[in-house]
Amino acid sequence: MGEPFLRVTAETQDHDASRRRPVQTLRVKMVLLGSSGVGKSSLALRFGKDQFRSTSPTVGCAYLTRMVHLSDVSLRFEIWDTAGQETYHSVTPLYYRGAHTALLVYDISRRETFVRAQLWLKELEKQYIPGSTVIWLIGNKGDLSEDRQVTEQEGRILADERNLFFTETSALSGDQVTELLLMIAHRVNEHMGAQQGGLSEWRGTSCVDLHQNNNIKPFNTCCKM
Amino acid sequence: MLSLHRDWDDIMEKEDHQQGEEQEVKICDSSSETLATSLSLLGNHMFPDSVQRNDSSDSQLSDLAAAVEPCLKSEPSDHVTRRENEGPENGVPTQPADTEPEDADVENEQSDSGDFVAEMLAKAKLEEQGIGLKGRSSPLLEAGNDESPALMSHRDEDVTAESWRQHRKHVFVLSEAGKPIYSRYGSEEALSSTMGVMMALVSFVQSGDNVIRSVYSDGHTVVFLQKGPLVLVCVSSSRQSEQQLRGELLYVYYQIISMLTQASISRIFEHKKNYDLRRLLAGSEKILDGLLNLVDSDPSFLLAAVHCLPLTCSLRDSLSQILQKAITPNLVFSILIAKNQLLTIVQEKTVIEDTRLEPADVHLLLNLIGASSAFQAGEIWTPICLPLFNPDCYFYAYISYLDPPDCTVCLLLLSTDKEAFYAVAECKRKIEEAMVTQKSLSLIAKAQSYSVSQVGVSDLRHFMYKPFDVPDHYRQLSQFTSPEMEAPYSSEEEKMRLLDLYRYMHSRIHSTSRPLKLIYHVAERETLLAWVTSKFELYTCFSPLVTKACAITAITKLLRWIKKEEDRLFIRYPAKYSTTPNPSKSSRGAKSDQQDSTDNGFLSLL
Ligand SMILES: Nc1nc2c(ncn2[C@@H]2O[C@H](COP(=O)(O)OP(=O)(O)O)[C@@H](O)[C@H]2O)c(=O)[nH]1
Ligand SMILES: [Mg+2]
Repeated sequence: MGEPFLRVTAETQDHDASRRRPVQTLRVKMVLLGSSGVGKSSLALRFGKDQFRSTSPTVGCAYLTRMVHLSDVSLRFEIWDTAGQETYHSVTPLYYRGAHTALLVYDISRRETFVRAQLWLKELEKQYIPGSTVIWLIGNKGDLSEDRQVTEQEGRILADERNLFFTETSALSGDQVTELLLMIAHRVNEHMGAQQGGLSEWRGTSCVDLHQNNNIKPFNTCCKM
Repeated sequence: MLSLHRDWDDIMEKEDHQQGEEQEVKICDSSSETLATSLSLLGNHMFPDSVQRNDSSDSQLSDLAAAVEPCLKSEPSDHVTRRENEGPENGVPTQPADTEPEDADVENEQSDSGDFVAEMLAKAKLEEQGIGLKGRSSPLLEAGNDESPALMSHRDEDVTAESWRQHRKHVFVLSEAGKPIYSRYGSEEALSSTMGVMMALVSFVQSGDNVIRSVYSDGHTVVFLQKGPLVLVCVSSSRQSEQQLRGELLYVYYQIISMLTQASISRIFEHKKNYDLRRLLAGSEKILDGLLNLVDSDPSFLLAAVHCLPLTCSLRDSLSQILQKAITPNLVFSILIAKNQLLTIVQEKTVIEDTRLEPADVHLLLNLIGASSAFQAGEIWTPICLPLFNPDCYFYAYISYLDPPDCTVCLLLLSTDKEAFYAVAECKRKIEEAMVTQKSLSLIAKAQSYSVSQVGVSDLRHFMYKPFDVPDHYRQLSQFTSPEMEAPYSSEEEKMRLLDLYRYMHSRIHSTSRPLKLIYHVAERETLLAWVTSKFELYTCFSPLVTKACAITAITKLLRWIKKEEDRLFIRYPAKYSTTPNPSKSSRGAKSDQQDSTDNGFLSLL
């Protein structure tokens, strides 16, 4: 992608960084979609902590954050990873609500997850998600190439047809994960960054007053056209 | 030894004389005979290559009989004769001569283990509700436990293998229409015809206006529990009482309710009788697996009480205060947990006035946390129902570890507001901050369970003490205290053996037909004494050489020690806060306000 000056740091290191560079920090809501077992939680964990652990199936929603610094702005990704949300089909629109980016994940070693991903996409398209939402098709478990059931070509073709971005990753090895996050950061920033006013500003936990907090509906305000 | 035991039982029974149900009723009415026959036919029909039974259980049984002798004598039991009469090949045609296994046939039924259940059911005597359920002792004791406690998944197990049958306790959940929902071992698909047999049995008995309750066969107890549209079945060789097994099934039911709510389950099945509930429970099997492992290994479930980590009174108070200060509207419970034990719990004032938090609800929460390592990755927001609090409503649980990467100290905040994630997460940050200032984490890290040696009674090896004497207006959670299990109970097998002894004592204390207040039980490798009064329930384990007099002295000493230490061993007074004008309206009062049966609401947060 040729953006060598960009870097991704974990949020803990972020305080110094933002002091050195007093750039604006914007909040980005990211949701992970896809069949269960494709590696959504593992990707979220890579994004949030750059770790890989064998995890149990997710219960409810897991919430992680990750700061990404671009040259002119910092993005605070608020990553929502859900468990079996495929079982809550009637409420999925709520899940998409206010998402700035949706990652549509399948497992390259299980064709049915690729098929399911297309159903997910139909669902997504049926909803009134803003056109600016960055949707990314992700073929995960790239390390399992000997068990591959979905070629990279197929993934790319689908992505092109539906106007999605596409990447193959491995949450296990970490391959393409950081790169993916950076690419997403760029697209989100382009589509709805400071100029477009699509993202709300993050003021950090220390500034948030508990009493006011009840009124904050962070994502509704910015994305419900 | 023997007579000691008898005397003691007899003396103590004076306290509680309800010998009315002593007569044993053997049910051999024709309907259950017919049923047994029809089932054996069904079994043979469906599973032609019905195998011969496991012989290993026989040698186990004779060991057991020897060990159990003393306690058998005290009950007019027919156990020994039953064992002989119901030998493996006795009476039931399990092996039709004219069938051969056909390799080519890949029908599901072929590879099923329904024969195992059918065979068992066919041999069994049916005991139905409303008729005396006695007629057996519940001996256990040296029963081996070959099951490794490893947390590996049993989903992929071959259900035709002998090892599958040998599991000490199977648990199945199915819908009224016979659709498989959960099986502890082996996948539900592979077991679908087993489940079908069970369902046939249940509906057969239902049609006769009897609700099937349990079936005994040699070495196995089969217990049924029907709750709404769900049927739960336990097939156990653990020699626990029917009552205990049913209690465990109830925990399984509650854990399912905690994920889906009773209201939505009923609605789903009203709507579609043969709905496949696994669609909604996908990914939750591990939670049920974890629950069943806990039920087997943690006496909290047996005692229906929570275990809290011993802490100095001042530390516990300071933790409660930290929780009390970090509040937001609609927050109703704040719970701190370390090493899977309670540190403290703070409750909303009006909620606590309204109701007492049930230990079972806390157990389900602890299991949920323990069963999902996913929680360690970030902050969790999940809908959860506390079935004993209100089976039809969700709370929203915020779960986060306070000491990454160790992940031993866990904070659990429950709100009635599904949109409250950010507000509740903010409470966590406050708590975290206060705990840093007060160095609470390092103090918690030092807290440990205690050793029985601290009691200073030489022959005492272990005990479990559950007090009842908390004044009711405190609305205190039922708790118990128990030292670490130490040698000779350090191996998993020995731990389980001691727990089995406790379970046996417990079943006798709580027997519906012949409850006892005090049991002095001389087993082969230890002597146990169980005692229940209006103030407490106590189970103690002594070295085998202890005399009765010594045991009594020891217990006096133990009770004195507990009294002295109680501020440290128990959460004495439940802490409160006030966050909601009327939380009972939103959480407990009206039935759930959900329109959609599958909407558990939490996604609207996102
Ligand atoms: N080989 C391989 N396994 C993975 C990868 N990502 C996840 N897994 C494994 O796939 C299983 C399901 O992952 P999980 O993140 O829980 O999937 P989720 O249900 O979509 O959240 C786990 O056993 C992971 O360890 C990957 O990139 N490569
Ligand atoms: Mg997951």
